[in-house]
Amino acid sequence: MVGAIKIDNVTKTFINKQKETITALKDINLDIPANSFISLIGPSGCGKSTLLRQIAGLIAPTSGSIKLDGVTISSPGPERGFMFQEHNLFPWLTIYDNIAFGLRARGIFKEQKSRIDEYMELVGLRGFEKYYPHQLSGGMCQRASLARALVGHPSVLLLDEPLGALDAFTRMNIQDEILRIREEKNMTMIMVTHDVDEAIYLSDKIVVMTPRPGMITSVVDVELPRPRDRSDADFLKYHGEILKQLKFGGFKKEPEYSI
Amino acid sequence: MKIIKTQWPLISAAFTAAVALLVPDSSEYSAPGTSYFLLFTALMAITYELFLLFGKGQVRTKTAYRSAFWGTVILAMNIFNVITTKYVLLPPLYFPSPEKIFSVLISDSLFLGNCLLYTLRIQLLGWLFGCVFGILTGIALGFSSGFKYWVQPLVRILGPIPPTAWIPIVLVVFPSIIMASSFLIALAVWFPTTVLTANGIANIKNSYFEVGATLGASKACSILKIGIPAAMPFMFIGIFNGTCSSFITLVTAEMLGAKYGIGWYINWQKEMMSYANVYAGLIVMSLVCYLVITALFKIRDRILVWQAGVIKW
Repeated sequence: MVGAIKIDNVTKTFINKQKETITALKDINLDIPANSFISLIGPSGCGKSTLLRQIAGLIAPTSGSIKLDGVTISSPGPERGFMFQEHNLFPWLTIYDNIAFGLRARGIFKEQKSRIDEYMELVGLRGFEKYYPHQLSGGMCQRASLARALVGHPSVLLLDEPLGALDAFTRMNIQDEILRIREEKNMTMIMVTHDVDEAIYLSDKIVVMTPRPGMITSVVDVELPRPRDRSDADFLKYHGEILKQLKFGGFKKEPEYSI
Repeated sequence: MKIIKTQWPLISAAFTAAVALLVPDSSEYSAPGTSYFLLFTALMAITYELFLLFGKGQVRTKTAYRSAFWGTVILAMNIFNVITTKYVLLPPLYFPSPEKIFSVLISDSLFLGNCLLYTLRIQLLGWLFGCVFGILTGIALGFSSGFKYWVQPLVRILGPIPPTAWIPIVLVVFPSIIMASSFLIALAVWFPTTVLTANGIANIKNSYFEVGATLGASKACSILKIGIPAAMPFMFIGIFNGTCSSFITLVTAEMLGAKYGIGWYINWQKEMMSYANVYAGLIVMSLVCYLVITALFKIRDRILVWQAGVIKW
């Protein structure tokens, strides 16, 4: 089993324009077992995206270390797929060439050509090979970007609010697709999200974070059978629980007396 | 009504021919016949008709759309003809009749063609060098901070000097006039191409490079497969600007020191006081510039087909 991530005492500080030191993340410790689905949730400024980008290797922690299967992460690599909030498809390439980009960059296009068709099929984009990104809807572009991140067979898929800009129905559709792909392909998925329902629907564990400085408040194990039902009573209980953790709920006191 | 509109060039041409043949020439005007003028008028009308009759789909629609334009161009030639031959309202030395200009275009066509080839050779050589070095310099400026540190100030200082200002030095430094002219062309193309390429790279969304890195692209691969295509629209603007300023540079350079070429031809004929030849040279030059720019547009549309929905020109 590959795709286990160990985050060890990670602290990240920035220096802002006023020359003040801002602590984005403070003493983060997290063990993410292989093949699990983890959501990072919290208000903006809690450093969840910063943490995800550090796992991707796009930025380095100020202190502490992040290891993938025992190896310290120091730069981006194809074993960690990344899906951005915007689809970020290259506008000058067709959908097919966008998905093929990683394979070509690594020089394994010839051997792995069949994978592109497989993933185009998987995300439901068959027949759109020759289209350019601007000719497709936002949802389709995000699917293409998912296929692009997956086609190199990463052991970890990092998702930085990838569905945030989509309408509710498209979002639910793609959530199901992500779950289906996870079942089929076995990989660790770590997702940053603002959407509590999305986190409960997808995750094995939800990491709740608070800002200034970014810290982990709690880790909630979601013990619901799959496929999950968004209107199920237990689902809603988790919803309330997470909101309470985020200080957005649980204000209503029990009545002091009742008749 | 519609037939009048689409046949406007033909009607104009018939009217123009009638005026040219029936209205007597002014006594001050001395030149043989009207044959070349009529020939060119007829050629324009016939070309238009051929496109209209035998053009397919788009070509035909576009030709019909341009009917008013071509009809009016022919009428303008008619007015020019009336002014210069029928009434001689302008000094004939500087404003020769279209008849004279057209006859020069034909009688001097071989020499004009040679001059043109000579010019195009220099233009092409310099242009290619300018584009290649411009793109390379731009890419290096965009991606290497070390290169930028040393070369950026140089580009800023040398770039804005009009290439023609270098003529006194260039003529001394280079052994042949061809090389000197090519160098000036290259310089004219190089500067805008460099600046806009670097600018284009600086404007690329950083997330494109992040995508590349997470997909396993090396630095070289990022530059080639992300940096260059993403900066391509800007590069083209740079090349366009460079091409236009290279025309100016070339003609000025030829007027100053060359022994051959279309710019030299115009200057030489001016000194000979034969303005019909000057106009003929100008016509040839404008046709060539028009063709070059059109070709560039076509190439751009082919390469940047993906831009259709992204950037408006």
